[in-house]
Amino acid sequence: MSILQLCSWLLLALGVVFFLAGSLGLLRFADSFSRLHAVTKADTLGLGLVVIGLSLQSHWREACLMLLIWLVVMGSGAVSCQLLARFSHEQQANPVEPADPGQED
Amino acid sequence: MLSFYLYLATAALLLGVGSLGLWRGPELLRRILALNVIGAGIFMLMVSLAYRPVLYGEPADSVLHALVLTGLVVAVSATAFALALLGRLLARPQ
Amino acid sequence: MGLLLFDVVLCALLLTLAGAAMLSRQLVHAVTLFIAFGVMMALAWARLQAPDLALAEAAIGAGLTGALCFTALARYAGDAGYPKPKLWLPLVFVAAVSALLLYSVFQIPAQPTTELSERVAEHLAVSGVSHPVTAVLLNFRAWDTLLELLVLLLALLGARQVPSQLPLHAGWSLSVSWSRLLSPMLLLLSAYLLWRGAAAPGGAFQAGALLASGLVILRLNQQLAWLSWQNFAVRTLVLAGLIAFVMAGLASLLLPGQLVWLSWPVALAGGIILLVETFATLAIALTLALLVVGEPEQEPADA
Repeated sequence: MSILQLCSWLLLALGVVFFLAGSLGLLRFADSFSRLHAVTKADTLGLGLVVIGLSLQSHWREACLMLLIWLVVMGSGAVSCQLLARFSHEQQANPVEPADPGQED
Repeated sequence: MLSFYLYLATAALLLGVGSLGLWRGPELLRRILALNVIGAGIFMLMVSLAYRPVLYGEPADSVLHALVLTGLVVAVSATAFALALLGRLLARPQ
Repeated sequence: MGLLLFDVVLCALLLTLAGAAMLSRQLVHAVTLFIAFGVMMALAWARLQAPDLALAEAAIGAGLTGALCFTALARYAGDAGYPKPKLWLPLVFVAAVSALLLYSVFQIPAQPTTELSERVAEHLAVSGVSHPVTAVLLNFRAWDTLLELLVLLLALLGARQVPSQLPLHAGWSLSVSWSRLLSPMLLLLSAYLLWRGAAAPGGAFQAGALLASGLVILRLNQQLAWLSWQNFAVRTLVLAGLIAFVMAGLASLLLPGQLVWLSWPVALAGGIILLVETFATLAIALTLALLVVGEPEQEPADA
């Protein structure tokens, strides 16, 4: 196994750790702001590490494509995080219309 | 070979899970989702059958893929129609 | 071995997501889990060597179904709760049926039993395209696609009979500008999918579904005021797919040597398929977008 492959596998493993941490935060954290914090931070970095790790093992064209995908995912992740945070902020400020009528406990 | 039977079993179990949701409900929206899960199970059965030539080193069956592709678009349009009817039903009492 | 591990994880995930969506106590959880289920189905199609289906499912499952289900969820806001239903009777019955079904699917031999696939490969040269799925959809089984466009039109006409007012949120500036930024990319991607469909996975259905999700995103952000059934051009384009298909069928019947309805002459097949697919893409995109967002402003005056 060459040095390049070793680096690639290390980066992939690190990316998976970030994904796991983010998913754990999404499941375990108490309110929506900390959940957003966990999932967006960890996923952006985790996906970036996975992309770099895979790029080390692939052709440069595929690496460019994956880089583009990472950029789009980062952008949409940032935007959706802002929108969700704003929604829950407004819900907290004036909870007139609950999003869900079910048995909220 | 093993993964072919694994996907076939998943398709059958998805049919079961969908029928459970369809029977149990209780909301109509969940019953519509359950119908979609049943549809996904049937599509998966067909796509698994289309996967069989791949096990023998040939390309997958394109006729079944085309049928499922048509089915996907028809399923989403039927769901949209069902949800429009549901919206009318829910708007009625007020 | 690694692939089998992936299969086991993916199948377990699919079944868990579907089961949790069916059994979750709150409807909003059910809808969220169902959307995640759709995205995972796209992964399963990619694994089963059906990239055409994966593309369509990703556009439909991640884009359109989410918008549809959350719209329906918003209408449930004033609805009273339901009593908790019994679990055991349906569970026992469904478990028995599933066991029978499992037993019967394991009887299916792994040896492929039809030679349809080989006949498609045999006639691919005279179809006008080099991607077998597109050849089947637009040439060998063109009837299916024609009737499928008709089904879409019927669904739209049916949904138009039951218009209901949608509580529309004024778009936040961030989401409006992000949707504007995304829309040229979606347009470019769907045109690319349409063009590539002749030789590689892609085609009218995938391009139409992708374009429809782009239209829905823009419409939900208060853009595209022209996207309405009241607009004559939109009505024409919704019908354009069917009309182009039928016209192409009739025109090719008039050519010498053509006796079968919806079979294209070999020399012109590629051009005819591209033309029909272009109109079909526009029709599918507009029909799906109108089905999802409908007429948010007000009820039409004549309804």
